[in-house]
Amino acid sequence: MSDSQTIQNVSAIIDALIKEHQHRAGALLPLLHAIQDAIGYVPESCYASISKALSLSVAEVHGVVTFYHHFRTQKPGRHVMQICRAESCQAMGSEALEAHAKQCLNIDYHQTTADGAVTLEPVYCLGNCALSPSVMVDDEIYGRVSPEELDALIKEAKIAEAKA
Amino acid sequence: MVTKIYIPRDSSALAVGAEKVAAAVTAEAKARGLNVEIVRNGSRGLYWLETMVEVDTGQGRVAYGPVKAADVAALFDADFIHGKPHALSLGLTEEIDWLKKQQRLTFARVGITDPVSLEEYLAHDGYKGLNNALKLSGAEIVKTVTDSGLRGRGGAAFPTGIKWNTVLGCEADQKYIVCNADEGDSGTYSDRMIMEGDPFVLIEGMTIAGVAVGATQGYIYLRSEYPHALITLNEAITAANKAGYLGDNILGSDKTFHLEVRRAAGAYVCGEETSLLESLEGKRGLVRFKPPLPAIEGLFGKPTVVNNVISLASVPIILDKGAQFYADYGMGRSRGTLPIQLAGNLKQCGLVELAFGATLRELLYDFGGGSASGKPIRAVQVGGPLGAYLPESQFDTPLDYEEFAKLWAVLGHGGIVAFDDSVDMAKMARYAFEFCAVESCGKCTPCRIGSTRGVEVIDKITSGKDHAKNIQLVRDLSDTMLNGSLCALGGMTPYPVLSALNHFPEDFGVSSTGLSSEAK
Repeated sequence: MSDSQTIQNVSAIIDALIKEHQHRAGALLPLLHAIQDAIGYVPESCYASISKALSLSVAEVHGVVTFYHHFRTQKPGRHVMQICRAESCQAMGSEALEAHAKQCLNIDYHQTTADGAVTLEPVYCLGNCALSPSVMVDDEIYGRVSPEELDALIKEAKIAEAKA
Repeated sequence: MVTKIYIPRDSSALAVGAEKVAAAVTAEAKARGLNVEIVRNGSRGLYWLETMVEVDTGQGRVAYGPVKAADVAALFDADFIHGKPHALSLGLTEEIDWLKKQQRLTFARVGITDPVSLEEYLAHDGYKGLNNALKLSGAEIVKTVTDSGLRGRGGAAFPTGIKWNTVLGCEADQKYIVCNADEGDSGTYSDRMIMEGDPFVLIEGMTIAGVAVGATQGYIYLRSEYPHALITLNEAITAANKAGYLGDNILGSDKTFHLEVRRAAGAYVCGEETSLLESLEGKRGLVRFKPPLPAIEGLFGKPTVVNNVISLASVPIILDKGAQFYADYGMGRSRGTLPIQLAGNLKQCGLVELAFGATLRELLYDFGGGSASGKPIRAVQVGGPLGAYLPESQFDTPLDYEEFAKLWAVLGHGGIVAFDDSVDMAKMARYAFEFCAVESCGKCTPCRIGSTRGVEVIDKITSGKDHAKNIQLVRDLSDTMLNGSLCALGGMTPYPVLSALNHFPEDFGVSSTGLSSEAK
C-alpha cells in the first residue's frame, strides 16, 4: 500500500467512526477513543472533520486531545510499554526499573526506539498495587516485574513481531 | 462428574500469569482425559498467592497457590482435582485465616462466583436489594441509605444518603447516576476488583440509586488503565439488559434505568467529580466551581448523583439486609465496612474488608505480614497520593474518618502503601509536588504553579541552598495551596508534603528540634 493510499484509508476509517459516534451525548471522548483504538493515535489532520461533525472549534478538539495523557497525536511504536511511577511501585523499586528500561531501550519517556518497535510511557497507577512494581505492554499488565523480567518482556514483544 | 476449577480473571492475577495457568490446566486435563470445567472468577484478594487456583471438591473449595503454569502438571500428578495435598496446597479456602478474619459485605461474592454469570449472582443473594427497593418509595430508599450511615468511599466521606436526597428533591426532566470509577490513587484497587469480580453488584447499586432519585440514565466513568474491567462490565450490562434488570420497565416495575460505560483517558484530576462531569460531557477535565453542586446542576446541567464504585456497590446489601444491619458495623461516625487495600512494600498485599476501627498496625503486621523486604516499615501513606505519610508512632490509630482527621491525615479510598527504611521522604515530598504538576488541570493558580514551584523548593532544600529559608517557603507555599486551590488535587498535595517534613525532618536535613542544620 502506498503512503497516499494509507492516508486515504485512515481518513475513511475516521469518517466512518465520526458517523458512528457523533450523535452520542458527550461524543468527543468516545470518538477519540474509537479513533485511537482503530489506528493507534489521533492524527491532527482529523481535527477539522471532528470539529465540523460535533459543532466544536478545532481549538476545542485540540484542547481535549492534548489534555488527556491517554491520547497521542503521533503514531506510536508497534508496542507501547508503560511503567508505573506511582508510590506503591516506588516502594518496590520502580525507579530502578524505569532507569533499566530507558537504558536498554536507549530512549526516554514519550520516545520510540529507532526500529519503531517500542514506545515508552510513564503511567500513574495501573491498579496492580498489590503486586508492584507494575508494567503494561499494550493491553497486558505485568506484576512484580524485575529488570530481568522487563528484558524478557521486550524480547517477547519482538519475537511475537518477528513471527507475525 | 465434571470438576469445577476456579482460576481468576482479575487483572492482577493475569499480571502474574493466570492466563497461562488456565491454558496449562485446560491442556493438561485434556491430555489426561479428565472432565473439568474452568470458571474464571474474581480474585479472593490474597494477591501474594496469585495465581490462586481453587478446586471444588464437593466438600468445599480447596485452594492452591501461588501457581505458575510450570506447576500445573505436578498438581495433576498429586491429584489436586480431588483436593489432595501438594506443596502449594492452602487447604480449604474458607478456612484460610486471612479471609476468615475479614467481614466481607461489599465483597461478599468476589472470588466466589463467576463474575459475568447473572445466574450465579442471583443464586448468591444478588438483586435482593433491588427487589426490596422496587417495593419502596424513592424517599424510603434514600432514608434506608441515610440510616445505614454509608459515607462516600471515594475519599471525601460525604454521607451518601444526603447526596441522594438532594437529587431526589430536584424537579427535572432528566437526572443522572454517575459512577466514579476513575480509581487513580496509588495503592488502591478495590473498585477494579469489584468491577472485574462482581460487576452486577455495582450495576444493582446504580439501578437502586436511579430508582431512588428518579434517574433513568447511568454512566460508569471507567479509567482507561482498566481494560479488563471494561470487558466484565460490558458483559454484565449486556446480561442484565437481556434479563430485564436494566432498560425499560425493570422487572415489570415501570421503572427505567439505562447504563453505559464511558472510558476515561488517563487524567487523574477526572476523579474529582466536577472534572469527571466535564470529561463525560466531552470536554477537557477542568474542575468546576461549586456551587452549583453536581446534585443540583451536574451532568449536562441536570441533577446528578456522583458516587464512587464502592459506595454504590455497598447499597445492594443495605437494601437487602436493612440499614441497621450495615450500621451495626464500624465505630463512631464511620459506619459499615471499609475495603482496605494493602500495597507497596508488604509481604502479604491484598484486599481486607473490615468494619471501621481496626488499627494500621493490625493491617500492616497481622494481615500484611510486615515488609516484603524484611526491613522495618518506616512510613505508610494512607489514602492515595494526596494522603499523609504516617510514621511508626501513629500505627495504633484506628481506621476511622474522624480519628485520621485528628492526625491531619485521611483514609481516602482505603489504600495503604508501606515503605521500608530505605525510603527518602524528601524525595517522596518532591514526588507529591511533581505528581500534582503533571496532573493539574491548570484552572487555579495555587495548583498549576504552586506544584512546579514546590518541586523547585524541595530541590533547593535537598541541595542545602538557603536551607532554613526554603523550609519556611515550602510551608508557606503549602498553606497557599491548601487554602487557595479549587479542588483536592492542589488542596491536598500539602498533606504528603508537610507530613513527610513534619514526621521525617531528618530526610530534609532538619534535626528533630525543628532547626535546619544551617540555622544551628
